[in-house]
Parts: sequence; C-alpha cells; structure tokens
Amino acid sequence: MELLDFARGPAISVALAIFVFGTVWRLVALFGLPRMHDLSVPRPGTPGPIVAGTKEIFRRMWPRHEFSQLSMFSFLNGYVFHIGLAIIVFAFAPHILFLKGLTGLHWPALPNNVVYAVGAITVISLLAALIHRLTSPVLRLISTMNDYFSWFITLLPVVTGLMAASHLGARYETLLAIHILSVCALLIWFPFGKLMHAFLIFISRGTTGAFLARRGIQF
Amino acid sequence: MTETDTTLGAELVRRGVSRRALLQYASVVAAQMMLPASAARTIAAELAKVHRQSVIWLSFQECTGCTESITRSFSPTLEDLIFNFISLDYHHTLQAVSGEAAEQARETAMKENKGKYIVVCDGSVPTLDGGVYSTIAGRTNLDLLHETVENAFAVVTVGTCAAFGGIPHAKPNPTGAESVASLVKDKPVINISGCPPVPEAMTGTIAYVLSLGRIPDLDHLGRPMAFFGETIHDRCYRRPFYEKGYFAKSFDDEGARQGWCLYEVGCKGPVTYNACATVKWNSGVSFPIQSGHGCLGCSEPDFWDRGGFYRPLAASTSTKTGMYVGGAAAAGALAGLVATTVARKRKSAAVASMAQPAPEKAESKEG
Repeated sequence: MELLDFARGPAISVALAIFVFGTVWRLVALFGLPRMHDLSVPRPGTPGPIVAGTKEIFRRMWPRHEFSQLSMFSFLNGYVFHIGLAIIVFAFAPHILFLKGLTGLHWPALPNNVVYAVGAITVISLLAALIHRLTSPVLRLISTMNDYFSWFITLLPVVTGLMAASHLGARYETLLAIHILSVCALLIWFPFGKLMHAFLIFISRGTTGAFLARRGIQF
Repeated sequence: MTETDTTLGAELVRRGVSRRALLQYASVVAAQMMLPASAARTIAAELAKVHRQSVIWLSFQECTGCTESITRSFSPTLEDLIFNFISLDYHHTLQAVSGEAAEQARETAMKENKGKYIVVCDGSVPTLDGGVYSTIAGRTNLDLLHETVENAFAVVTVGTCAAFGGIPHAKPNPTGAESVASLVKDKPVINISGCPPVPEAMTGTIAYVLSLGRIPDLDHLGRPMAFFGETIHDRCYRRPFYEKGYFAKSFDDEGARQGWCLYEVGCKGPVTYNACATVKWNSGVSFPIQSGHGCLGCSEPDFWDRGGFYRPLAASTSTKTGMYVGGAAAAGALAGLVATTVARKRKSAAVASMAQPAPEKAESKEG
C-alpha cells in the first residue's frame, strides 16, 4: 500500500472516527453536567437567558470602543483566517467532493485560483497571528503548548494543500498524501485541544451573556 | 553478409528511407527523451550503425493487449521500421514457429547473443504454489524468466502487469502474481507501464538504448522520465476547466460535452504519470480523456485496487467510513454519559458531606 492509498483509506477513516468520538464525548459530557442552580433573584427588567445569550454572542463579534485600538488587529486578523479557512474547506472543489463522499451533500465550488489566493492570504494571516502572540507580553504569558500546537496543526493542512496544488517540493501524489495526513492530524487533535472552540465558543459566550444579564450587568 | 550483420542504416537505404527522414526521426526521439537538439545528429549516426538487436520477448500472465498496441502503432513509420528491424527471436504471438522449435530459437538467441540481448516481458509472473498457474513448454514463468535474464543486457517490461503486477496482482491475487521488476534484481530493468503502454514510449526507449547504448533516465518506479515525467493532469487539454472549477457531473452531461474536467467522475490524471495526453494514440488522434472517459491511472502500481475508477480522487477510498464514524459517535456518547454520571455522583457526595458537620469538629466544639 502506498502512502496515498493509506491516507485516502484507513488514515482518514480512523481520523474521522476519532474526531467524531472526541467531539460527541466532550459535548455530551458538557451538556450532561449537573447544573448549578442560580438562587439569586434576577434583576427586574433584564432579558431572558436566550435573548441575553444571543445578544452577547453578537456583541463579542466586534471589539468595544475602549479596547478597539488594542484588540482591533486580533479581531480583524481572526476574521481573515477564519473566513479563509471556511472558504478553503467548503468552497474548494476537491474538498466539496470529499464532503460529498461523506455526507452526500454538495454545492457549487469557487474557481481553484481564487481558493489558492485565499489559501495564501490565510497562511499570511496565521503567521501574523503567531507573531502577534509572540510579541504581545500578555498573550505570550497566557499562551500554552495547546495554543501553539493548535496553531501549527491548523496551518499545516493549508501549507501542504498549497504545496500539493503547486507541486512544490515533491511529486503530486506524495504531497497529496501528506496533505491528507495533515488533515488527519488536525481531525485527531481537534476535540482534545483549543480547536474545540469551534463547537464551544457560542455556547460559552451565550452562557456568559445569560449569567451577566441575570445580575443586571449592561453593556 | 548475415542478417545480424546488417546495420539499420543499410536496412533503411534498402527500404528507400532517406537520411533526412532518419534525421527527422532522430530529432523526434531526442525531443521525446528530453535530450538537447544536438543529440539528434548523434542518435541518427549511431542508429545508422546499429546492428540488428536480438530481443527475446517473454509473455507471462497477460492479455496480449500490449503486443496488440505496439503492432498497431503508427504504421508504416520509422518507429515501425525500427520495431521490425529488431531481431525478435522469440515472441509467442508473432513468431511463426511453435513447440520445441520456438524454445530452441530462444535458446539459440541467448547463446549467440550472450550478454547483449534485450529481454522484453509482458505479463506478471505467478509465484504461488511453485508458479504452476502459468507454464510455457512445461516450465513455470518464474523458471523461464530467471533463465532468460541471466545473460541479458537489460530487461524491458512492457505493460503494467510486467512492470507492477497489474490486474493479475489485484486483490485477492490468487496466483501470487509478481511484477518482473520485483523478481529481477541483478539486471537493469526499464518499466514501460500502461494498460497497454503508449507505443512510442516503447519504440522511443528502444531507439534510445540502441543509439546511445545506455539506459535512459528513470523515475523511482523505473520508468523513462521522458515519457513518465509528467502527470496526465498537468498536460491535459481539459486542465483549464479544472482550474476554473468546471466539472462534468456525469458522463455525457452538458459539461462533459463541453469538454469540462472529468475529476468529479473519477479521473486519476492528477496522480498518473504517462505520455497519453501529449503523444496520444493512433497517430496522435486521441486519448481516453479526449474520448470522454476519465483516466484510470493504468500506468501506476495497483491501479485496480485504488478505490474504484469512478470515485473522485478527493473522496475517501474506505467503504467502512460510515460504520467507523457511526460507531465512534455511539462510543463518544457512551463515554460522555459515563463522565456525566461520575460527575453527578461526585457532586451528590460533595453535597451530602457538606450537609453534615464533620464529627471531629463537633466533638471539639463540645469539648
């Protein structure tokens, strides 16, 4: 069995299984946890938890005026690579075919050259995020190996994908196999590291919003 | 002058082929083999001096498609003349003699051209159960191969069966079929893979060996770089549609008729190295993708077992992914429920212990 056969066959199947196992495990464990009953009396006139939580989710999508100068780069750069990653994963024809093979669903793709350009911008944006993290004293202080490894495992499929598309460094089938294996690594790490925020970020923001609203905190 | 003393130059003159035509052919060979233009003159001069090359063609587990392909190359061309010029001393399909006389022809060629003859093989070699699944003149293919290549100058495998095992090697491989390249270790082996191979890859390689007396540059699978250096996809005329994201969704749909890329219907062009898209077939008329079918990847090892001809390259080849993922989801849910139950029990225990005062503290208060 050649490397590409291994990547397209058992490797991606096992990686997907681990991804699903870890994600379901964490979500079921999280939602099944015993809830702390808030015995405090809600402040009068405050919205219900769903409205407050939803408002908080949207409010946190843009920096507050007071912190705009300080955190604007993180916000904008974050949008660039998150949207970039979404375009790469969901708008590149071969990726759509991969997802179609798994789910049966498919949709129109963007031209390859557009996706390649988005890929290059995403790599630059991810590198900028790392430099920002390393040069900011506060961010550096609160960063752990989990953050750096999650960054690396996110960057890897984008770089290997661009290398495969441009036949850079090795034969195409080898680069394609390395690209698929890097996606496997991402899938395996996803539920157990910081990348899980993809599933949890809106839950945590909503919960925080509901909690603060009950105490009458207004932004 | 005996037949083997005849030079190719003399033979071409006898057939009325001009020196200009030979030079033109040499230029084509030089271009095909990625040699500088100046090499054309050397190739032409050396080809003219070449004596009839003894070739022993061994056919093992094969369908004769490779021979059919080569004998139906651009006839009548210089490639054809060179093919005819070779002293083909043994070839099941083409030889007139049969039985013991045929085997005697092979043995005579081996004896008279010791160390100089080329062995061409098509078909894979069965190795299971002593190789009994294919025999010639009562001898196994394996035995015949070892005996014939022992004093050969080089071995050329023609077709994917000989080069990589091909269809007989496909799962479950009931005859234990092996490629010739995996069985011959002490001779230079040139693999001209394909099912069947491009005829010009065969004749061009032979012309190169005859004129320059050495083995051409080979890739990591032993194939001449000149013909197997680029993927079908890289040289495909449908490639611009791939880049634009225009894909035929099924055979004979509007996209397919417009010549859009066949990636979605399983084309293996991106991982297949061959000259089909450039040299093409039948005097450069067409090749499979041009006639509307995706590349099967037939010049690559194990092409038969790579997850199906019509499954896109981007899709997983595993047929059990759904089962794995379903099982993983169930196992994940179970693990989550166990974790929740443990957390709830811990909380209940903690609440219970907080509700009752510690006995020691109570005692000390009393004291």
